Amino acid sequence: MLREAVSSEAGAGAGAFEPVDPYSIILNGTERVVEGSWIGESLLYVLRERMGLPGSKNACEQGECGSCSVMLDGEVVCACCVLAVDAADSEVTTVEGLNASGLVDDIQSCFVEAGAVQCGFCTPGLVVAVHDLLGRRPDAGSLEVREALSGNLCRCTGYGRILEAVRLVQEKREDG
Amino acid sequence: MVSPSVMRRRGSHLGASVLRPDGGPKAKGEFAFSSDMWMDGMLWGRTLRSPYPAALIKGIDVSPALAIPGVRAVISAQDVPGRKTFGLERADQPVFASDVVRYHGEPVAAVAADHPDTARRAAAAIRVDYEPLEPLVVAEAAINAPAIHPDGNVFRHIVIRTGDPTAVGDVVVEGTYEVGMQDQAFMGPESGLAVPSLDGGVDLYVATQWLHADRDQIAESLAMDPRMVRVSLAGVGGAFGGREDVSLQIHACLLALRSGRPVKMVYGRDESFFGHVHRHPAKMWYRHHANRDGELVNVEARIVLDGGAYLSSSNAVISNAVCFAAGPYRLANAKVEGWAARTNNPPCGAMRGFGAVQVCYGHEAQMDKLAAELGMDPVQFRLKNVLRRNDKMITGQVIKGTAPVEEVIRAAVSHPLPVPLDSSAEMMSLPGGAGMTADISDVRRGVGVAVGFKNLAYSEGYDDFTTARIRLDLSPQGEPVATVVIATAEVGQGFVTLASQIVRDLLGVDQVVLAPAGTEDIGSAGSSSASRQTWMSGGAIEHVCMMLRDSLLERAAGELDCPSSDLIMRDGEVSRESTAQRVSMTSLLAAGPLQAEHEFHHAKTQPLGVDGQGDAMLSLMFAAHRAVVDVDPDLGLVRVVQVTTGQDVGKALNPVQVTGQIEGGIAQGIGLAVMEEIVLDEGRVRNPSFTDYLIPTALDVPEVAATLIEEPEPGAPFGAKGVGEPPTISSGPAVAAAIRAATGLDVTRVPVRPQDLALRR
Ligand code: FES
Ligand code: FES
Repeated sequence: MLREAVSSEAGAGAGAFEPVDPYSIILNGTERVVEGSWIGESLLYVLRERMGLPGSKNACEQGECGSCSVMLDGEVVCACCVLAVDAADSEVTTVEGLNASGLVDDIQSCFVEAGAVQCGFCTPGLVVAVHDLLGRRPDAGSLEVREALSGNLCRCTGYGRILEAVRLVQEKREDG
Repeated sequence: MVSPSVMRRRGSHLGASVLRPDGGPKAKGEFAFSSDMWMDGMLWGRTLRSPYPAALIKGIDVSPALAIPGVRAVISAQDVPGRKTFGLERADQPVFASDVVRYHGEPVAAVAADHPDTARRAAAAIRVDYEPLEPLVVAEAAINAPAIHPDGNVFRHIVIRTGDPTAVGDVVVEGTYEVGMQDQAFMGPESGLAVPSLDGGVDLYVATQWLHADRDQIAESLAMDPRMVRVSLAGVGGAFGGREDVSLQIHACLLALRSGRPVKMVYGRDESFFGHVHRHPAKMWYRHHANRDGELVNVEARIVLDGGAYLSSSNAVISNAVCFAAGPYRLANAKVEGWAARTNNPPCGAMRGFGAVQVCYGHEAQMDKLAAELGMDPVQFRLKNVLRRNDKMITGQVIKGTAPVEEVIRAAVSHPLPVPLDSSAEMMSLPGGAGMTADISDVRRGVGVAVGFKNLAYSEGYDDFTTARIRLDLSPQGEPVATVVIATAEVGQGFVTLASQIVRDLLGVDQVVLAPAGTEDIGSAGSSSASRQTWMSGGAIEHVCMMLRDSLLERAAGELDCPSSDLIMRDGEVSRESTAQRVSMTSLLAAGPLQAEHEFHHAKTQPLGVDGQGDAMLSLMFAAHRAVVDVDPDLGLVRVVQVTTGQDVGKALNPVQVTGQIEGGIAQGIGLAVMEEIVLDEGRVRNPSFTDYLIPTALDVPEVAATLIEEPEPGAPFGAKGVGEPPTISSGPAVAAAIRAATGLDVTRVPVRPQDLALRR
């Protein structure tokens, strides 16, 4: 977009956007009405800027980094690549919702314990991804874990401590 | 230099893998990053950038943008009230280009609007009349080309000469090497919130590496007293050098002052690639001489760094490149010449490893060539020539600190090798990974070793300092609390953990609070770069703890009516050995809080003088890496299987955090070796996205095994060296060496691309 910023965008219409009709999202178990939203807003934007839930991050907004991972009707999606209006009447669970559920406490504490958090920008997305992975494949082997997390970029850790954190969670869950 | 009258607590905090205080909030998504900030009535800022790498600006018409409902401010060069330029070393970069554009993505104007989409469309609606020029894109050509900037095209030219540069050895090897442009690719995009304040000044909350340098540059451009510009650290999502220069800071403040409203700016990933400096691409020519018995005789080298359109920190980067060009080896004779040149490519500046990375590709390839020519084992050949304490570098500086080069090499190569390739290997673990493209019978394995080194903190006589203040007080519950005020940027490295470790250890206070980092209340902490904050900010905090300890001992001496020299402090209380009397810190603080402040400077260094000679470095850090790679020669794909390392850390103050730096740094080193490059086409950036600029994923990084070499560095607080940069220096060159071993190809350019291998280029 930037590459041809002047030539391709200068002709864009100059009027104000009109908000779409209010719609609702079942957000972390509670129905929330989204008002005043514009048609092009991503789910990530609505979560972060309209719903007051900045836990999902915005590292690329291109579907490449996983920092914006949320659960949409039980599936992990990149919230940056979902139009918010497409999530109308769906169930969306963010890291904030997972916090409240208590389902990821062990993942989060193992991340801290293992040294898997540095700048932490990738971490909430990874917590969502690990939660999803271990829900489906509790005893995933190390290569499977690497593959499952390969959609979540981390620039600080080189992943070593993150993989160690996942191993710790698996170990603790196995010991009950 | 911990004073003997302070005893370490049992279960000492320094040296233990204490957990990050901000880890929990970060894992929960509750930590506020700079892009998470929000304020009532806030506007969104957006930059308009040049689509041309070189052009004249004939006119700018902002009226179409202003006509869009919801647009509150539009600014360009004419709206900068103060200095129209900025820059870390010299202000040679326009805040907004006015008459000439010198790189693709250079800011031309900025807008603030109610909604980010309105801001985006408004920026696009600004009419700029460009007259494109032929861009100057080859650094070697730029040296003698007509100047594209009033300051000329050569940022700096340095020559290092020592011994007899014409000395000839029995064996001579020569090579040219090339390093591509790497991006820091931190995850948290540039972002900040500027708020106009009632006194007419501005408050900026921003992700940065150096708060005070930002403040001073903003104030210059706003023509404001620096005290009117208050810069506070907002949560930083990684940095790696890419936040040392100003990006949106001045634009956001100008927009806030113009609109009278808070303005938030958040770069998208594409804009982030245009918004910060990159690692300098390098072209290097080397000729080495050695004797038959394997002793290095002479090195000749010429190094050209492409600095891009503006200076940034190019002068310091080229200095590092030439000073470390010979690698950590004894060389009596050398002639190394370096240039950093100005082109119409994107500006380059600081990135982890800072000049030492590029030359490591050169000197290490040369070491392997020499070893092969001599029929020696490459590790033995290196060991024969390594620098040791009291040896001289090619700059004439005698290494007074620790130099465990032999130890790091031996540690790196002593780790067990991975299991050999065999037909049972999972496809996913082979080159091509999830693409499942490998044919195992064709895959070839190679092993390579490389060694690198670098300076810690700033060099060449720069007066580097950090200011810290600590207040000791009682909490409402009557417990001692230490509040640390310091402007050090926590960028992910774990400084906040270390700061608390130091205070807990030295003062025995359990409750340590770090005040938010900002410019308002304390002097500069310098930049979180050059692996310097453990030494500099750690040293400042140590010093202030010692001042407070003295005050506590004095108070106790008064209370116990004895000389303070009779007293020792341990575990947060003062005791008198002879009488077994004790006074708790709580009772000492009942008389009122204590506070101390100190500006900590490191030992002086010297500028490089005639022939590039001088004691320019404070301290040196060494590391060695061994890489094992598998290569699919038909498709030219590489998988890095294992990297092992020995790293000179002085003292590991928090081993888990050190490990995190090592693993993360190695991943970035590997990225440069086989994946990461900003691709330029006549100055235009062709891949400003994570779709096209690939950084290592969890499937791309290898197993890492690290040995920490702990030889306390004399003069360093706690004996600790910095640890952030060495992992990024020789890890990539070790991968390049392993690829050479696997393929028999020269591999003179990184990142190594599939076509370089498959088509044997
Ligand atoms: S922000 Fe959604 S994938 Fe990167
Ligand atoms: S911890 Fe910084 S990006 Fe992962």
